[in-house]
Amino acid sequence: MSREHDKGMSLIVKTITRLTVGLILLYGIYIVLHGHVSPGGGFAGGVIIALSFVHIMLAYGKEVALKKLSRSAASFFESFGAVFFLVIALLGFTGGYFFLNFISKGKPFNLFSAGIIPLCNIAICLKVGAGLFAIFAALVLLKFETEEKE
Amino acid sequence: MSIYLLCLILFSCGIYCILRKRNIIKIIIGVIIAEYAAHLFLVLVAYRMRGRSPIFSAEAEIKNMVDPLPHALVLTAIVIGLATTALLIGIAMRIYEKYGTFDITRIRELKG
Amino acid sequence: MAGSGIIPLFVAVPLGGAFLNSLLGKKVKRLTDIIGVSTSFILCALSLVALRLYNANGILTHSVGGWRPPIGIGMVLDGLTAFMLVTVNFAAFCIAVYSINYMEKFTSKWKFYTLFFLMLGGMNGVIITGDIFNLFVFLEIAAVASYALVAFGTERHELEAAFKYAVMCTVGSLFVLLGIAFLYSYTSTLNMADMGNILAQSGNANITILAMILFIMGFGLKAALVPFHAWLPDAHPSAPAPISAMLSGVLIKSLGVYAICRIFYNVIGVNENISAILMFLGALSMIVGGLLALGQWDLKRLLAYSSISQIGYIILGIGLGTPLGILGGLFHLFNHSIFKSLLFLNSGAIEYTTGTRDLQKMGGLGSRMPLTGITGVVASMSIAGIPPFSGFWSKLIIIIALVQAGKFGYAFWAVIISVLTLAMYVKVIKYAFLGKLKEAWGSIKEVPIFMKLSMGTLAVVCVVGGMLLLSGMQGPFLQGAQEALSEGTKYVAVVLESIK
Repeated sequence: MSREHDKGMSLIVKTITRLTVGLILLYGIYIVLHGHVSPGGGFAGGVIIALSFVHIMLAYGKEVALKKLSRSAASFFESFGAVFFLVIALLGFTGGYFFLNFISKGKPFNLFSAGIIPLCNIAICLKVGAGLFAIFAALVLLKFETEEKE
Repeated sequence: MSIYLLCLILFSCGIYCILRKRNIIKIIIGVIIAEYAAHLFLVLVAYRMRGRSPIFSAEAEIKNMVDPLPHALVLTAIVIGLATTALLIGIAMRIYEKYGTFDITRIRELKG
Repeated sequence: MAGSGIIPLFVAVPLGGAFLNSLLGKKVKRLTDIIGVSTSFILCALSLVALRLYNANGILTHSVGGWRPPIGIGMVLDGLTAFMLVTVNFAAFCIAVYSINYMEKFTSKWKFYTLFFLMLGGMNGVIITGDIFNLFVFLEIAAVASYALVAFGTERHELEAAFKYAVMCTVGSLFVLLGIAFLYSYTSTLNMADMGNILAQSGNANITILAMILFIMGFGLKAALVPFHAWLPDAHPSAPAPISAMLSGVLIKSLGVYAICRIFYNVIGVNENISAILMFLGALSMIVGGLLALGQWDLKRLLAYSSISQIGYIILGIGLGTPLGILGGLFHLFNHSIFKSLLFLNSGAIEYTTGTRDLQKMGGLGSRMPLTGITGVVASMSIAGIPPFSGFWSKLIIIIALVQAGKFGYAFWAVIISVLTLAMYVKVIKYAFLGKLKEAWGSIKEVPIFMKLSMGTLAVVCVVGGMLLLSGMQGPFLQGAQEALSEGTKYVAVVLESIK
């Protein structure tokens, strides 16, 4: 066994995680990008994306997960998502209104339609996904800190 | 009617849990229960008799839908609830680190 | 509509400041202060522009996303909004300047500014929005940021206070949410003007009364009216001084008092029963807060109890419902946001140099810290109601209005509590600033420049605040706000008119 397997859960859990985690991530991305056409959207997709990283953290331990997405990177993506969302909202002022849907809406039920909604979904997904993962990582690290002191 | 009363009972359970329990984690669970009861009430407000889910698609006709607005409100409220709960749990873990207990009767240094 | 584009900026600018700070401020230390102060300065300037715009054009509305209310979310700039925006953003600007020096002793300043601007954005949002669920969302943004700010030092007492505060205020928010759900189920609309219209047409139903009770509990918790005040004396002293100033100075007013005013006066419509309830709650908070504050020896705790008492004055004046009473209540709201912020900043300055909050351990600090001493005395005299300072005039107006309305009992208590307030602030001045200098404080120095600057500015406003009552100044600033409230449900007609 390699050193990677010293921490985390049993081999069965790790194998299944390795097989499924990519699918979970892809499903999250699908929910985000298809959010303006079918039920879903930035928040739901972002949560699923965050869960795929949480899944890795639960199965393999915190080091492996934090190597994939470090806390500072998560924090950066979170702030970036928020700023991106705000910029989209402010760009609406080109048409005179805050949050105005200033891109052409296209044909309903096409992938490229609904103007700024897909962009907003992506921004929300960055914010929620990174934010949720950062919360989880912060709570986990806090727990380890407490245990080390004891 | 009875379903609204059940919703009220759930809310009361949450409030009871907040007021009566001593363990910080149980208080947080009480907050969550009360929160969900409020969300449930909003969803109940939206319901129309024999209404269908308010999802619009290419072939669907807009007829007899339940009110979609409270669903959007509930989603927003859930997101706020997530933030509050995460913060409460973070504070609770810090409290455990400092006081070494979850019992609120032993965490009472502020008085007066 | 000309100029209505300014309204959403009050939410966008602080949120932008917050997220830019968390994006850039972490890397470059100096940038945090620059972003922080410039953002709050822009907001302060914008609020003055908004006041001018209101006086020039009357009521302004903005439809978010180009969707017309009541379908879309509307933002409304009326007299009360403009007044509150100036109050909140001016206090926030002074506090942001003060934090440059004060927050040096904490490690991550960018986190402080991020949370600070999230809170400010939430408060501005509550003030400008014309949509009742939007009000709830902004209220929660401000509240969640304030829970985190109370726990900012992560020491024992701060965490305990923050937990208490967070649980109680979350329950308060749930009551507000339930109230909104009841009103929505009855009126099928969320826009406040539209809701007021439908409520006025359909008469007084039991469900409105239930919603009103829930709103009084929810917003009363946020405003710390007396049966719901238990969190305030713990939470406000535990936070870092700039945040105490922010919480006591403006947060409880914009989340509690403003929301109560807006919903009860403009949406549901005030009647005698509501007026009696509000006045009773106000008088109760005034008396209980004043009595409890007298016995405190912890400076910040004393100030926190005194906040409860002063909020009582504001609610008493506004609850009275006569134009003069509302004017007095709003004027006291403005004055209180200035002098209570200043007092908390003074207590922060004392804590910064001496490290204590216990009045018995202080003494003679006025000789070592002249500016803190002078501004502290000015603020104390102002809050106690000594004639030339601003606090005197607002209390006088409230008492005159009470006498005019024939409420002699309430007027009597208002006078008594005013004397009690004087007594407790004489105690503060005597133990903190006057007397012999204790040996332990022989080597202390005055606080750094930015702290002095912000305390000085607030003290000047305290001194000249009474001038706002002169007829030339009163018109643009206070009159519009007072009219917005005393005209009551006429708000509905005006807003619906300006949407079209």
